[in-house]
Amino acid sequence: MVKKIKISINGIFVEVEDGTTILDAARKAGVIIPTLCFHKDLCIAGNCRVCVVEVAGQKRLAAACATPCEEEMEIFTNSLNVLHSRKQIIELLLSEHNADCTSCFKNGNCELQKLASDYKILKQDFIRLVPFKNYTIDKYSPSIIKDDSKCIRCQRCVRTCAELQGVNALTVAYKGDLMKITTFFEKPMNDVVCSTCGQCINHCPTGALVERNYIEKVWDAISDKTKHVVVQTAPAVRVGLGEELGLGQGVRVTGKMVAALKRLGFDAVMDTDFTADLTIMEEGTELLMRLKAVLVDHDPAVKLPMATSCSPGWIKYIEHLFPDYLDHLSTCKSPQQMFGALAKTYYAKARNLDPETIVSVSIMPCTAKKFEAARPEMHDSGYRDVDYVLTTRELAIMIKQAGIDFMKLDDMHFDRLMGESTGAAVIFGATGGVMEAALRTVYELVTGRDVPFENLNITPVRGMDGVKEASIKIENPLKEWAFLDGVELKCAVAHGLVNAKKVMDSIISGQANYHFIEFMACPGGCLGGGGQPIPTSPEIRLKRAKAIYAEDEGMPLRKSHQNPEIIKIYKDFLGKPLSEKSHHLLHTQYTARKRY
Amino acid sequence: MNPVTDLIKSLADQHGRSRHNLLPILQGVVEQEKYLSEYSMIEIARELDLPASEVYGTATFYSFLEYKKMGRYIIRICKTITCSMKGKNQVLLAIQDMLKIGVGETTPDGTFSLLQTNCLGFCHKAPAMLVNNEVFTDLTPEKVREILRMYMNKKKEGGSYDN
Repeated sequence: MVKKIKISINGIFVEVEDGTTILDAARKAGVIIPTLCFHKDLCIAGNCRVCVVEVAGQKRLAAACATPCEEEMEIFTNSLNVLHSRKQIIELLLSEHNADCTSCFKNGNCELQKLASDYKILKQDFIRLVPFKNYTIDKYSPSIIKDDSKCIRCQRCVRTCAELQGVNALTVAYKGDLMKITTFFEKPMNDVVCSTCGQCINHCPTGALVERNYIEKVWDAISDKTKHVVVQTAPAVRVGLGEELGLGQGVRVTGKMVAALKRLGFDAVMDTDFTADLTIMEEGTELLMRLKAVLVDHDPAVKLPMATSCSPGWIKYIEHLFPDYLDHLSTCKSPQQMFGALAKTYYAKARNLDPETIVSVSIMPCTAKKFEAARPEMHDSGYRDVDYVLTTRELAIMIKQAGIDFMKLDDMHFDRLMGESTGAAVIFGATGGVMEAALRTVYELVTGRDVPFENLNITPVRGMDGVKEASIKIENPLKEWAFLDGVELKCAVAHGLVNAKKVMDSIISGQANYHFIEFMACPGGCLGGGGQPIPTSPEIRLKRAKAIYAEDEGMPLRKSHQNPEIIKIYKDFLGKPLSEKSHHLLHTQYTARKRY
Repeated sequence: MNPVTDLIKSLADQHGRSRHNLLPILQGVVEQEKYLSEYSMIEIARELDLPASEVYGTATFYSFLEYKKMGRYIIRICKTITCSMKGKNQVLLAIQDMLKIGVGETTPDGTFSLLQTNCLGFCHKAPAMLVNNEVFTDLTPEKVREILRMYMNKKKEGGSYDN
């Protein structure tokens, strides 16, 4: 039983558990204290001082985020002293911030700008330090742009990179007025261990870290009459786009999103979910082949556990940190890249188009997808498989630019050929989704029966635990899979790279004996991706996950192998899973990278 | 193998391989090499299983852990107010004039590097400077030229690396 203590905030009495911070207690009492360096996903830093409050009997102001309540504490959050100090603190932060707001990508969605607006910082008493400092803008990464002149050194990105992702690409270097957020030897982000996941962007309160945007390029392509512009949308975008357009958290907008994309002028609006189903066919078959090679043929060259390869942040991470374990990765491309390769081959052929004229655009909840699309090997169609990758946020910007009243749009359906999908594909957007989708198909492929969970919902792999485990015993398989009789298929799911590292360490130490593991770079899976609406928090991610699973339940088909367009593509074009054509278009290889 | 790698391994054996052993290892490398190269930092990170960025962040925080190539003798002249009042600028000019380098630079032969430092605690004997670990006080342009000449001769004789 935790001890309760009584405190008063601005004269309001509240009872809180011992150890509660002043910030949390105030929120409970309905008092809002502004914050900047504080983030629910991260440890407390207490360095920005924006949340200072007055505590009766104490001479100095206390940082509300970092001070625990004490019995009978009397707290004032809006005394004149606090208001003046807070205003001065914001002014000091602004004196070191390149406040060229109108030409900033984060204009209108910047926490510092909002504070400056709330507290009406109309004049600047402090010397503006920006012109005196020699700032660099790092534009080398295809995913992330880092502009030090906008950095207020709150270190949210550093904590994100270390605590959520365990990557530590970003660090705090130097001291005092020279202190800055940088990488090893101040190298460009593109040259260090950065996984390009974009979580630093999602957690940055200013415009110091933003995605590299391709909005203008996509507008150019759309208006070019000689080009046929094909767009695909990832599963998690349909539960994030509404949020970015002000419809609230965890709202599904699939039909409206399709309608908006058509209004924007895309020639074909199709679905990454289609290639998610295709991924399950390929990856599921690959898993079965690997199981056979290991359990029956005892082939030492084939490795188990097999790890999923849908998350490009995870791929870049394992390439950097565990280059000796690349054989464990499924050779399947991510759904985005499968779509790209098919758009300029299968789709081009079916529509009688010259692939040269096709521009392939993808809408992703992810910044690592931008890096993935730019990988040199991703041109198996003979062209760049995916030309431009936009984040959910960039799509929302385009919709606003085009003057589309999103709320008033009627729902529309994806275009045929590569637009049909199942519930198994949409759950790719949540942590555990790829695993669940794969199990639904693999189990049925092997036994001829539905996976033994109520209503196909494999609940052990759902939820927000960092590492989840599940196992399914295979009984009475079909004749060709007789060797799997009695085998307990052991699976694990990890999201957030810090959890991925835990699983990898347990594999390396030999403690774990999994067969199949799903890895997602971002917390919560793609729905918490680096390209999703800002802000993010555990609660917001939970709402998005709920929306994803509701979308799945509402689908008439919920198993990838039932998708009629999947059946058609194998019949008309690919042959069968892991066929020569699939290998050429849908599979890839990986590159060992330097850890340091 | 690179001698730095051996040095780092033996330092790690001596001090331990946890995160909090980083500082003595960094100091040990600087003592031998005068500075921490990119290569040394990567090797230290590898040895201690730390992110390279963290090693870099720690190294750049401390004034006496250099991360750029330094000469055999690092001159650190006090830049604080008492030394300035007592004629540090003339001393600095004498050094720059004699060695033909500015603050932050190293002589082409790799003998001297010239840096400024915060207060050395020798205000009562200002101006003061350090050459590696040796303190020199009550400096005048004549005196500093004498000191530098001594180090130049030391180098010609192939004197030891310490101090």
